[in-house]
Amino acid sequence: MRRSGSGVPDPVPAEAIMIELVNVNKQYTRRSSLIDALCSTSLRINGGEFVAIVGPSGSGKTTLLSMLGGMLAPTSGKVILNGESLYDVPVSRRARIRNERIGFVFQGFNLVPWLSAIENVQLPLCLYGTDRHIQQTRANELLTRFGLQDRLDHKPSELSAGQQQRVALARTLILNPPLILADEPTGNLDPDCREMVLGTLDECRDDGCTIIMVTHDQAAAESADRILRIVEGVVHAADITDIAGAA
Amino acid sequence: MRLRDLVVREIVQRPAPMVTCFLAVALGVTALVAIQSITQSSEQEVAGQLENLGANVLVLPPSASLQDYYAADLNGETLPEEYVTRIALSRMVGVEDLAPRLCVKADLDHHSVVLTGVLPRSEFLEKTAWQSVGLLTDGLDLNAVGTKHEGCRGSCRARVLDESDIRSFATTRVVPDLADDALLVGADIARRHEIAEGTEVELMGTTFKVTAVFPPTGTHDDGRVFAHLHTVQRIAATGPVVNVIEIMGCCEDAAGSLVTDLATVLPDAKVVTISHIVRTQVAVNRLMGRLTYVLFAILILVGGVSIASVMYANVSERRRELGTLMALGATPGMLARLILSKSLILGFAGGLAGLAAGSVVAVILGPLLLDVSVRPGPGAGLAAMITAVIVAAASSLLPARRAARLDPCVCFQEV
Repeated sequence: MRRSGSGVPDPVPAEAIMIELVNVNKQYTRRSSLIDALCSTSLRINGGEFVAIVGPSGSGKTTLLSMLGGMLAPTSGKVILNGESLYDVPVSRRARIRNERIGFVFQGFNLVPWLSAIENVQLPLCLYGTDRHIQQTRANELLTRFGLQDRLDHKPSELSAGQQQRVALARTLILNPPLILADEPTGNLDPDCREMVLGTLDECRDDGCTIIMVTHDQAAAESADRILRIVEGVVHAADITDIAGAA
Repeated sequence: MRLRDLVVREIVQRPAPMVTCFLAVALGVTALVAIQSITQSSEQEVAGQLENLGANVLVLPPSASLQDYYAADLNGETLPEEYVTRIALSRMVGVEDLAPRLCVKADLDHHSVVLTGVLPRSEFLEKTAWQSVGLLTDGLDLNAVGTKHEGCRGSCRARVLDESDIRSFATTRVVPDLADDALLVGADIARRHEIAEGTEVELMGTTFKVTAVFPPTGTHDDGRVFAHLHTVQRIAATGPVVNVIEIMGCCEDAAGSLVTDLATVLPDAKVVTISHIVRTQVAVNRLMGRLTYVLFAILILVGGVSIASVMYANVSERRRELGTLMALGATPGMLARLILSKSLILGFAGGLAGLAAGSVVAVILGPLLLDVSVRPGPGAGLAAMITAVIVAAASSLLPARRAARLDPCVCFQEV
């Protein structure tokens, strides 16, 4: 276990390839018919890269994101994160990898409604086993960085959508994950909040973080280094001119 | 923040779904603790009464019917007094004391009272002492009417009897010695007729000197006056008869064999034990005890089903939240522990509340329902609490399993 005295994981050494899909295929069975959610896909995403995934609804974007996040086992193939095959390790190890190395940003923020802002941010540290005092100090620092120092004890229902997404971002970043998976992070936000979220993701990339973002937002996709387009489970490399048609 | 804080915070922040579970468990435990406490206290009360009475066996005329121990000598039928001598001379195993009684109606200041003749123990002890002479029976207790049996657990009442205080008759029902003209007066009679010790009272044309006024006992004896048996026989012209012979056994173990021995010595008499008389109350206590467990089982089953149902709904409602926890790094085991811990807290809290509520209910209802003061004991309460916690944990096993098997991808679904 990578654990330092600070109560958070030590940074993962920068590697050329952060995450790799090797002949990954995902099939579902619905009403006795076999559906190819993701056709045989091989993909390499380097450390520090910002990748946007675009495509029409039902094309397999969220399926891909789930498999990259260690939450959905492929029917065949391997998903390798920092050289470790995610679906060849026990469930508990996979949960630990998610906790230490992957940060999720959700379209609906996914804050726990009965916890305060600071408690929501503490959650990954709580699951990591960090000392309570360190949890509070780090969560406080991060929320202050996001301008929410006056909202520490507010419940999500007492916060605006933009404030909720900032709390969610603070929760994502509290363990300094080397990989951030964002599922339509600007989908429910006004333009100002959208800029704030994209600005934060840019800062993370500048800090060496790998970002994979599913989006329908053309402007958001434009801020990525590389754009992948999924159509009917097949991943294609795309450029900015393809986005309008994809979204 | 720790994992257990998450459990407590969720219960505190969203109490509504938990209230029914809590109430169901608490009700089951309340019912068990309340009824068991009352039943146990009632049993202790009966046992205490038996201990105070001391008499384990009654010898009655064969046709006598019996509803109340204290009214056993009001049956109107009689036995020959010679039966007392027979019992005394037979030195039966387990007999410590005898109390023959004869009741007659008398008139006191134009009020009807019951005059009860009692035979002082000094008179029948003389008979047994006489019989023991020359028998070389080592170990015989010369203060007792009969002999002790092997392994006797009795208190040896004969020795502890306070012979200097005649008022002890009120509880022991045995009078050590009594003059022919002495009169012992029950508390109610003394109060009603303003009778004090040392005064003279005329009954059935005979003048008695009041030797003692008894303290209240809460029994029929409070409304009676007592005199020497032979005096009562003489003034009532009944001849040498009695209505009942109370036999104080050394301990409960002797009661069974005493009935057999007495039936042999007194074939024309009816012999009953005290436990026959209180059989109804004992049976009610036992029935209540058994019914409590049935009631507890039903209520705790309802509580278990309620917990299972609420927990199942809780897992369904929180699918996205639990999925998010998995995305953040929670293992399936952690999610299962979240659900199980919540159930355990509910079971423990419900059990504790039920224990407290049941104890309070027992203390309030005990005197009202069965006229017994209740001191709740820990036995049934602890058993109920442990059962409640086990049932609560068992009820949430399936919901916990469901939480552990949740598809974490639900965290990506929009609500």
